Amino acid sequence: MTARRLAEGGRIDRASVLPFTWHGAKLSGFAGDTLASALLANGVKVVGRGFKYHRARGIFAAWVEEPNAILDLQWNGHHDPNARATTVALRAGMAARGVNARPDVDRDIYRGIDLLQRFLPAGFYYKTFFPNWHRYEPRIREMAGLGRLRGGAPDTRQYEARHAHADVLIVGGGPAGLAAARAAASAGLSVLLADDRREFGGSLLWQDATIDDQSGMAWAAATVRDLAGAGVRLLPDTTVFGAYDDGSFGLLERRGAAPAGWAEDRLWTVRARHAVLATGSIERPLVFPHNDRPGVMLASAALQYLRQYSVLVADEIVVATNNDSAYTAALALRDAGATVTVADVRPAPPAIAHAAIDAGIRVLPGSVVLHTIGRDGVRLVDIGPADATSARAATLRVPAGAVLVSGGHAPAVHLHSQSRGKLRWDDASAMFLPVAAVTGQSLAGAMTGEQTLAGALASGHRAGVAAASALDRGVAIPAPTTPRLPASDPIQPYWCVPIKGARQWLDLQNDVAVKDVRLAARENYSSVEHLKRYTTLGMATDQGKTSNVNGLAILADATGRRIPEVGTTTFRPPYTPVTLGALAGMRHGALYAPWRHLPAHAEHVERGAEMREYGGWWRPACYTRASETPAQAIQREAAAVRQGVGLFDGSSLGKIVVDGPDAAAFLNLLYYNDLANLKPGRLRYVLLLRENGVVYDDGVVARVGPERYQLSPSSSHTAGVLAMLEAWHQTEYPTMRVAFHDVTGAWATFAVSGPRARDMLSPLTGIDIAADALPHMTFADGTILGIAGRIARVSFTGERSYEVSVPAGYGPALWRRLMQAGGDFGITPYGIEALSVLRAEKGYILIGTDTDGMTLPDDLGMAGPLRAKKVDFVGRRSLLTPDAVRPDRRQFVGLLPLDPNAVPHPGAHAIERRADGMRSLGWVTSACHSPALGRSIALGMIARGRSLIESGGEVELFHLGQTMRARVVSPVFHDPAGEKLHG
Amino acid sequence: MLLIPCPWCGPRDEPEFSFGGEPVARPVPAERVSDAEWADYLYFRDNDKGPHTEIWCHSGGCGQWFVMERDTLTHAVLSARKPGGAA
Amino acid sequence: MRYSSLSLLRQGLAGHEGWPQAWRSPDLKPSYDAVVIGGGGHGLACAYYLAKVHGIRRVAVLERGWIGGGNTGRNTTIVRSNYFFPESVALFDFALRQYEQLSEELNYNIMLSQRGIMNIGHSDHQMEMMARNVNAMLVNGIDVELLDAQQVRSELPMANFSPDARYPIMGGFTQRRGGVARHDAVAWGYARAADALGVDIVQNCEVRDFRIEGGRVVGLETSLGPVSAGAFGLSASGHNGVLAKKAGFRLPLTSYALQAMVSEPIKPVLDTVAMSWATGMYVSQSDKGELVFGAGLDLYPSYAQRGNLPVTQGVVAGMLEIFPLFRGLRMLRQWAGIVDVPWDYSPILGPSPVGNLHLNTGWGTGGFKATPAGGYFLAHSMATGGHHPISAPFDISRFHTGAFIDEAAGAGISH
Repeated sequence: MTARRLAEGGRIDRASVLPFTWHGAKLSGFAGDTLASALLANGVKVVGRGFKYHRARGIFAAWVEEPNAILDLQWNGHHDPNARATTVALRAGMAARGVNARPDVDRDIYRGIDLLQRFLPAGFYYKTFFPNWHRYEPRIREMAGLGRLRGGAPDTRQYEARHAHADVLIVGGGPAGLAAARAAASAGLSVLLADDRREFGGSLLWQDATIDDQSGMAWAAATVRDLAGAGVRLLPDTTVFGAYDDGSFGLLERRGAAPAGWAEDRLWTVRARHAVLATGSIERPLVFPHNDRPGVMLASAALQYLRQYSVLVADEIVVATNNDSAYTAALALRDAGATVTVADVRPAPPAIAHAAIDAGIRVLPGSVVLHTIGRDGVRLVDIGPADATSARAATLRVPAGAVLVSGGHAPAVHLHSQSRGKLRWDDASAMFLPVAAVTGQSLAGAMTGEQTLAGALASGHRAGVAAASALDRGVAIPAPTTPRLPASDPIQPYWCVPIKGARQWLDLQNDVAVKDVRLAARENYSSVEHLKRYTTLGMATDQGKTSNVNGLAILADATGRRIPEVGTTTFRPPYTPVTLGALAGMRHGALYAPWRHLPAHAEHVERGAEMREYGGWWRPACYTRASETPAQAIQREAAAVRQGVGLFDGSSLGKIVVDGPDAAAFLNLLYYNDLANLKPGRLRYVLLLRENGVVYDDGVVARVGPERYQLSPSSSHTAGVLAMLEAWHQTEYPTMRVAFHDVTGAWATFAVSGPRARDMLSPLTGIDIAADALPHMTFADGTILGIAGRIARVSFTGERSYEVSVPAGYGPALWRRLMQAGGDFGITPYGIEALSVLRAEKGYILIGTDTDGMTLPDDLGMAGPLRAKKVDFVGRRSLLTPDAVRPDRRQFVGLLPLDPNAVPHPGAHAIERRADGMRSLGWVTSACHSPALGRSIALGMIARGRSLIESGGEVELFHLGQTMRARVVSPVFHDPAGEKLHG
Repeated sequence: MLLIPCPWCGPRDEPEFSFGGEPVARPVPAERVSDAEWADYLYFRDNDKGPHTEIWCHSGGCGQWFVMERDTLTHAVLSARKPGGAA
Repeated sequence: MRYSSLSLLRQGLAGHEGWPQAWRSPDLKPSYDAVVIGGGGHGLACAYYLAKVHGIRRVAVLERGWIGGGNTGRNTTIVRSNYFFPESVALFDFALRQYEQLSEELNYNIMLSQRGIMNIGHSDHQMEMMARNVNAMLVNGIDVELLDAQQVRSELPMANFSPDARYPIMGGFTQRRGGVARHDAVAWGYARAADALGVDIVQNCEVRDFRIEGGRVVGLETSLGPVSAGAFGLSASGHNGVLAKKAGFRLPLTSYALQAMVSEPIKPVLDTVAMSWATGMYVSQSDKGELVFGAGLDLYPSYAQRGNLPVTQGVVAGMLEIFPLFRGLRMLRQWAGIVDVPWDYSPILGPSPVGNLHLNTGWGTGGFKATPAGGYFLAHSMATGGHHPISAPFDISRFHTGAFIDEAAGAGISH
C-alpha cells in the first residue's frame, strides 16, 4: 500500500488546488502542503537515490532533517538544484524531479552499483585508483553531486539584509518558545520571536494538547495574537542559523511567493541582549537491516503528515521503537484507520502499550525489525528478537507499507554549542544535553531534554522570567498550564541490530552504514572527527541531523568506549544551509564596491571618453574619436600636450589639509622629505614611507601657510594616507597640535598642460601666472573665470602645467569653459593613458606600477633626503638594515629597446642566462611607444640598474618565451634638463 | 560579530572598527637601535592566546584610536580605554 | 597490508574484516631520538621523512587533539607552485613535485587533482602584473600560461563575463599542474607510512612546557608525562606562537582566523580552481560536488577556530561577484582555521633561537600546499642541525636583515 490523502483533516486548504509536476507527470496538492506531503499524497514512493550506491530512497522525515527528498525544482523561472522537499511550500506550477539518477529516480541506470557494494566500503577510494587518479576522477565527479546547476539565465532574485536589535531573541515558536515570549513580553521587553516553520506552534501543530483549558493550537494562535498585540516582532519561516559573538545571531527569513522586486530570502543580523533557545529536538531513527527502503520513516514525521497534511503514510504500518514517543504516532495512525504493529525493543511492555493494545494495536515487546522486503518500497517486514544475531531469527513477517522508526530524540543543541556551550551525555535519556546555558542565554523545552508538554511550558516560562530578570525586569503573569500526564517509561538505548554484516543504514544521503563505522574503528579512524571524514557520516546536506548520534554510539561500541568518551563533532553554523545570495544580500555590482565619479563625469562621457576604473575611480582612459583605435587616441593626446595644450581631469588626486601649530614638525616626522623648510606658497614632491622603509606613496605637498599644508596623495591612497596620519598622530605623537581634513571631494582639479598652457590660461584668471610670478613648484590663490580657486604650477607631463582647482560644484562648468576657451589653441582633453605615456617619457614614477611592496627610496634614486634630513622620520631606521644597503638591489632605470619599433610588454623580465637556467634581474614596470621620441621606451626595476646606466649596459627582456634586447639608460627620456617644465 | 565599546561613542558593531595590532613602543633614537631591536619592534609579537592587549580604531565612526583588551580565544571584550587614559 | 585494487577485492570478499589499523595508538615513551610537536600534515610528514630519509626510527609525533585536525583539515585543499621569487618556487615546487608522486610513495590515494589553478585579472593594470608574475614563473621554470579573456571563458564558462560586471574579466593565468588534493588523505597517508616505519603517533597529547638546559631544549612536559629527545620540531600551526613563548622566545607572527565554506553538492560545473584578483576569493569544486571557497582573513587575531558573520558575508559576496550563477546555491558548512601570519607571508623554517628546537611555522594561509616541503625541511633541520639549501632563505634571521620574501609585494598586489 502507498500513502494517500484522507478525506478530511489537516492544516491544508482543500479549496485551493495547486497543480505541480513530478518527472513531468501532472499531480496536484493543496495550499498548505509541502512538496513532500503533496508527493506522498499522490502515492510517490521513490524520491531519490543514495549518493554512493544508488539505492531507492523515499521521504524519511517531515522537516529540515530530511536526508532523501532532495529534488531539482523549477518554479516561476527559478531553479533550485537541491530543494529539500520537506521544507518547500507547495506552489502552483512547480516542476520537480529527482536528482543524481538517470533517467529518473525510478529507473536509475546506476542502481546496479549496489551489486558492487562489498567492494566499495567507506574510504575505498583511498586504497585504489592510484597512481592514475586523473583517469578515474572525472567519472567519479560526474557520479557525485546532487542536482545539476544549469547555466544561462542568472539568478535575478532580490536578496536583502536587515539588522535588528532586541532585548530578547527567542529561537523557536513551539510551546516552550511561546511561553518564553509571553513572559518576556509581559515584562515590557522588546522581543523578537523566530521559528523556522511557516506557522508558530511547533509540536502543537501535530500533537494533541490542552493548554490553559484550550486546545494546543487554539492556545498557540491566541498567544501569537497576544504577542503581536504586545509589539513582539514575529518572524515565522525564519531560521536562526548561527550564533555569533556578543549576542549576535544570523537569521534567514523566507518570505514566500512575492511580487517582482521583492526579496524572497532575507538575511537578518540580530543583536540581542538575551536569547532564549527553545529549538526543540529531532527524532533519531532506530537502526536495523534494510532500514533505508522507501516507506521507512521517522514516527514523528508520519504523525506530522497525518495531522498537518491529512496524509496517511500507509494502511498497514509497523512501528519500530525503543521509547514511548512513537506510541503517540501509533495511536493517531490507528485512529486514522491504519493497521499498526509496534515492535518495541524494550523487553517489558511500557505502560503506554496497554492503551495501544486497547486501541487495537499489536505490541511486540523485546522485538525489532530484522528485515524489510519490497522492490521500490516496503511491502513486508520481518520482526524478531531485539538481540537477534541473524535475520533468520525473525519470528513474524507482517505486510506493511511503512515502517515508522523512533530511536529516541536528539535535542537541537546547535546554537547552544555554537555559543561555546558545553554538552554532556545523559545515560537515562540517551541524549546529549546542554550542561548549562551560556551567559546571555536561557534554554527551554525539548532542547534541554524536556520530553513533556508540561515541562516545555514550565521551562519556557522560566526562560522568559530568566531573560527578564537578566535585564532587571519582572514577570507578573503565571506560566501556562496543561494537565499532567502519567510519566513515560524510560528509553532503552538501542543503536543497531547485532547481526554481523547486515546493511543497517545511518546516513541515508551519503550512504553510510553501521559496517562502515565499524571498518573505520578497525582501521583506527577512531576519533569522531576521523570517523566523519573517513566515512562522510553526517557530511550530507542534512548535516547528519538523524545520523550523528547513532554513528558515534556505534563508534563507541566498536572501540570499547562510552559515548561521552567519543564525544560529538563540533557544531558550526549554519544550522540548515543558507542561500548564498542572501548572505551577500544587496552587496553586488556597484554596491559590492561603489565607483567614485569625477565632478565632470558627464562632460567626459559626453565627449566620448572611454571610462575605466583606476583605483576605485571611474576615469577617462582616453577620448577616442570615431576614426581611431584607443591606442591611436592615446598617442594623439600625448603628442598634443607636447605640441600645444591639453586638459586633464585630476580631481581624484587626493587633497588632505594639515592644520595646526605643529603641522610642520609633524609632517617632518612622517614624510621622507624635509617639509619644515618648505616656504609658504611653494610645492615639494615627496615620498611617504612605511615604517619598514618601503615607499607607500608619493605626491606633492603645498605649504599654504606657516601652520597649514595641503597634501596630494595618489588617488587610490588618499584614504590610506589619511589613516596613516591619524594613526601616527593619535598613537605615537598625541601631544602634537595638528589636525587633518580630507577635502578631496570638495574640489575639482584640472591640469592645463603644454607649451601653450600659459597663453591659454592667463586671460582666464586673475592670478598672475607669468613665468617669474608663478614659477614651477609654486601655487597661488585667486579667481579663475570668476570662481575662487587655486592654481598650482606642477607638472606630471614634463610640460609647463597649471593645476586649476575650484570648488567641486563648479567643476563641470569650468571644464566646459576651459574646453571652449582652449578652442583657439587646439586644446585636447587627455586621459590617464596619455598621461601615463607623458610621465613615462619624463621618468616620473607611478606608485604601484613602477614601485612595489619592496621599493625603497634609494631604489628610485631618491637617496638625498636620507642623507640630508636631520630628524627621524617614519621608516628611516629600516633604510639602514643590511638588506636595504645591499649593492645589488633592483633600481629604477630607463630601457631603450634596440629595435625602436618594439615595445616591451610591461611585466617582461630582464634575464641572465646561466648554465642551470635563467635568472631574473628585474622587470619592466612601464612601456609604451613615445610620441616625443618617436620610438619605444620602457621603465623598469633592474638589479644594479644605476651601474648599468653608467656602463651603458644592455639587458635581455623576456616575455612569454620571446626575448628582445634593450639598453639600460636614465629613466628621463624627454627634456632631461627640464627646460620645458620651467620655461 | 563583536560588540565593541568605543570609549568615545559607546558600543558599536565590529564592522565599524579596524584592528591596529599590539601596542608597541617605538625605539628611539633610530641611530642607536640595533637591527634586532628594530626587528623586534616591527615584526615580533606576543600574539597571546587568551587576554590580549590591542589597539583598535573606530574607523567607520569617530575615527579615534583606543586600547582594548580582548580574549583571543573566546572573543570576549574585557576592557576598552582611551589611549593613555581610563575607560 | 598494501592498498591496491586487489587487496580491496580480497577484503571485499572477506567482509573487510582483515584491514589492519592505518596507524597504531602507542603509549608515549619517555625518550626518543626526535620528537615532532604537532600532528598535522606537516608534522606527520616530518616524522615520515625523519625515518625514511634520515633513518631515524625512534620518532614521536605529539598531537594535542586528533591528527590532521588543525589547518590540515580546515583548508580549501589547493596545491600550486605559481610563485614569484625563485626562493619560493624552489620551496613550493619541491612540495608539488612530492605531491605528484605521493600517492604511490605512501601507498595511499591523496587524490591529487591537477585540474589547474586559474588567476583571474580584472583590469589592464592587473594584466600587466600578471604578465610580471607569469614571466617570473617561466624564468623560474614553472609551467604557467597567460590567458586572454576568451581563453579564461573557455575554462570558466560560469564566471561573469558580462561587460557590465563590476569586475570585468580581462584575462588570467593558469598553472596546469596546480589543483587540489584530498587534505585528510595527505595527513592519513603520511601517518600510515610513518607508523609503518616505526614512528609513534601519540594523539591527545598536549605539550605543556619545555625543559631547557644550557640554552637547549632537552625535554617536554606533556599531558601524558615527560618526554626527552635529541631534537625537537615545532610544527603546530595556529599554536606555534604560544609554544614558542613557552620555550622563551617570540615569533614574528600574528594568528588570525581564516574562514572557508562549502555549498551543497552539485554536479560538476567548475573544472579548475579559480581565484580572483579583485575580490580575493578562491573557489573550486570538490570531488563530492561541493563548491569550496574562501577569501581573506578575519579582521583581528583569533584562536577561536570560528569565523564571524560579517566576514562570511563578505567572502560570499566576493565569490558571487565573479560567479553570480551560484547565488541560488546554499552554504552548507562554514568553519575557520587559525593561521600564523608573518610579516612577509612566507614561512619561517630551520633552527630556532633555542638549541635543539627547529621551526616549521608561518605558513600563513597557504600551508597545505607545502605539506611535503614543510615536513621534509623540518626533518632535515632536526636531523642535521642546519638548513637545507632550499629552506635557508626562510630562516628567522631575515626579520633582522630585512631580506624578506614578500610574494604579495613582489606581485604588486599590496604594499
